[in-house]
Amino acid sequence: MDLFETFFNVPVLVRTFPLLISGLIVTLQIGITSIVSGLVLGLGLALVRMYAPAALRLPVMIYIDIFRSIPLLVLLIIVYYALPFIGIRLSPFLSAVVALTLVSGAYTAEIFRAGIQAIPKGQFEASRALGLSYKDMMVDVVLPQAIKIVIPPLTNNCINVMKDTALASVVAMPDLLKQATQAQALAANPTPLIGAAIIYLAFLWPLVTLVSRFENRLNQRGA
Amino acid sequence: MRNIIEIEKVAKFYGDFAALTDIDLNITEGEVVCVIGPSGSGKSTLIRCINLLETYAEGGTIRVDGIPVEAGPNLDQVRAEVGMVFQSFNLFPHMSVLKNVMLAPMRVRKSSSKDAEAKALDLLKRVGISEQADKFPGQLSGGQQQRVAIARALAMEPRVLLFDEPTSALDPEMVGEVLDVMRTLAGTGVTMIVVTHEMGFARQVADRVILMNGGQIVEAGTPEQIFDAPKEERTRDFLSAVLNH
Ligand SMILES: Nc1ncnc2c1ncn2[C@@H]1O[C@H](COP(=O)(O)OP(=O)(O)OP(=O)(O)O)[C@@H](O)[C@H]1O
Ligand SMILES: [Mg+2]
Repeated sequence: MDLFETFFNVPVLVRTFPLLISGLIVTLQIGITSIVSGLVLGLGLALVRMYAPAALRLPVMIYIDIFRSIPLLVLLIIVYYALPFIGIRLSPFLSAVVALTLVSGAYTAEIFRAGIQAIPKGQFEASRALGLSYKDMMVDVVLPQAIKIVIPPLTNNCINVMKDTALASVVAMPDLLKQATQAQALAANPTPLIGAAIIYLAFLWPLVTLVSRFENRLNQRGA
Repeated sequence: MRNIIEIEKVAKFYGDFAALTDIDLNITEGEVVCVIGPSGSGKSTLIRCINLLETYAEGGTIRVDGIPVEAGPNLDQVRAEVGMVFQSFNLFPHMSVLKNVMLAPMRVRKSSSKDAEAKALDLLKRVGISEQADKFPGQLSGGQQQRVAIARALAMEPRVLLFDEPTSALDPEMVGEVLDVMRTLAGTGVTMIVVTHEMGFARQVADRVILMNGGQIVEAGTPEQIFDAPKEERTRDFLSAVLNH
């Protein structure tokens, strides 16, 4: 009984719920902005990585490796606390979005590359033999086929970005986790933290099951 | 008769390995040329150089309708004039048959979708698949897919059609329907270069047969010259190997 009162204190939850929802909105804003810009960045990086002259390819390969290696928390702290020393001052929101985008773009680039490389050589040859321009070949032939292949790993990446938004609380961003810890301090009760965990689960769990479903379907089709 | 394709001193290397050496070949407008020869002799490489799916060594030249085949602004024009049909069809699996045929005219020739559709339906009728226009390539038999691929190439109204073993991936009972379409095409004035193992087709349809070996043209002549009175030892060896297997 006592345990329940402590962790699932309904009056506390009701009182702090608006705070949690405002945190959720910030979390979604950071997450969605980073996911979208990460997708654009990743597609650009993937195309450069595959088709640009070697002089451009190499820096992009290095970029991709660095940003897949660096811990996101370290990057975020560098962006927020170190960049001001060279005059670059980003708001907590922008710092979080920039760090998440840089990393997500590196992962997305590799996902797109794998997707495009899974398209048989004959598709490129048929497009070129017909006289399609590079742009038309990508837009009409290659990317529509690659999208189907990359949707499961991209969704996975979206889940990771959404989870990683919680790190923004260390740069004073009032996201879901930050609001929950503040509410916990105010109410002197951990219920808001449990509430936040449940909210994370409520929107990420369905995405996780969606990925499994995609993957099962791809496996069935492959078999 | 004017030359639609002029190939001069063309060579192709993979590392040190010469896939083609010193190829000279002129093809006149409307001619049907069949290219035969053993596996690895450079047949595919030769026709793939004509639309620059493979690059060739410096020093050689290929011209299509007078336009040099080289990377650069002319390349799209060359490719629009030269259609290609592949052994493995290479249809676009995510588009309906109709859309497969409509795509290039709309993108490259800037046809309206109405014109492109009318022409695509007409071509699909010509190759005998108008009933399947709304299906996807994966729902068709190999023979049907290859006929769609021919229609797709024809939609660009090419002056030259390249075929790389168009029937080699087909079940035997479907070979005939594809060869029939090609035979009909041969009478329409389009220039055709056909890499094939179908000796019957070559004898019946070709104006000229070219035998390749080791990256070189060993012998060229009318089907009668090549099949009935081959001059070269290597031609005789090849023919006896394929005709007696
Ligand atoms: N990408 C490549 N790298 C290295 N060698 C290659 C490559 N492509 C082709 N070759 C070699 O070039 C030679 C000619 O190949 P090509 O495909 O033109 O032969 P082919 O006459 O079409 O044979 P087939 O009847 O088997 O299709 C072969 O020895 C082949 O191994
Ligand atoms: Mg070949």
